[in-house]
Amino acid sequence: MNQLTARGKTVDDAIQSALQQLQAAKEDVEVTIIDEGSKGFLRLFGAKPAVVKVVIKTDVMKAAKAYLESVIRHLHPNVQVEITTRKKKHVMFTLSGENLGILIGKRGQTLNALEQLVEQFLHQQKAYHVTVTVDAEGYRLKRRETLEKLAVNAASKALALQKAIPLEPMPASERKIIHAALHKQQDVETDSKGKEPNRYLIIQPSQEKSWQ
Amino acid sequence: MVAPLVDFPEQIVVYEQEEQHKVTYQLHVHESDIGKVIGKDGRNARALRAVLRAGADYGKRIYLDIR
Repeated sequence: MNQLTARGKTVDDAIQSALQQLQAAKEDVEVTIIDEGSKGFLRLFGAKPAVVKVVIKTDVMKAAKAYLESVIRHLHPNVQVEITTRKKKHVMFTLSGENLGILIGKRGQTLNALEQLVEQFLHQQKAYHVTVTVDAEGYRLKRRETLEKLAVNAASKALALQKAIPLEPMPASERKIIHAALHKQQDVETDSKGKEPNRYLIIQPSQEKSWQ
Repeated sequence: MVAPLVDFPEQIVVYEQEEQHKVTYQLHVHESDIGKVIGKDGRNARALRAVLRAGADYGKRIYLDIR
């Protein structure tokens, strides 16, 4: 049962009764008020009950979480999955447990793969253009710090040698961190070259652009 | 792992063949689902392989055939 129509003395009463019958929480349902009801004259005559229709929302993010849990269960027996950020076009899942290395993978490649699968899952559920982040043991933050350091080092190397410095291929989310880290630095430029999945960044000293 | 990603989950068949140093998975899906499983530029296929690798016994190579 995922929807029903309920009555009550007031709208609130009707909703409460519906939630109880559906065993759902208020934030998981959509309520349509069919009749506000009225108390009637002196509460004696013409009293009408309030009528509401309550439908349980199929929460696609919760479904995505369940899917992620089902994939992870095969890799690691004891992991908690939590939705830690939830916006319209972005959702972040945080994994917790012990020894999550296997779920992170070399340079986060298992995390990236899990993200990709969840994105495909959401796409299949008709939730389009949602970006998914999966994190464990603070890996994403650590990786960000590493990449920012790498960006600064590569930039000074590019300036010192007056040469373009190519970096290792990385996924779009990681390239973005480097682009952003060097965005404010006027004396170097960043650019991406190559085709996915081997797209990589180059960092080079800024060139005078000729504006025609 | 694949079923929630496709339109015809009931048509999924997986063959697994384990050898000493490798495991081969043959994944059969409905014709119209092949694209979903492979993904743009093979993204989904790559993700599936990465997850299989993470779950595999140490030192075993993973092969995933999609047809």
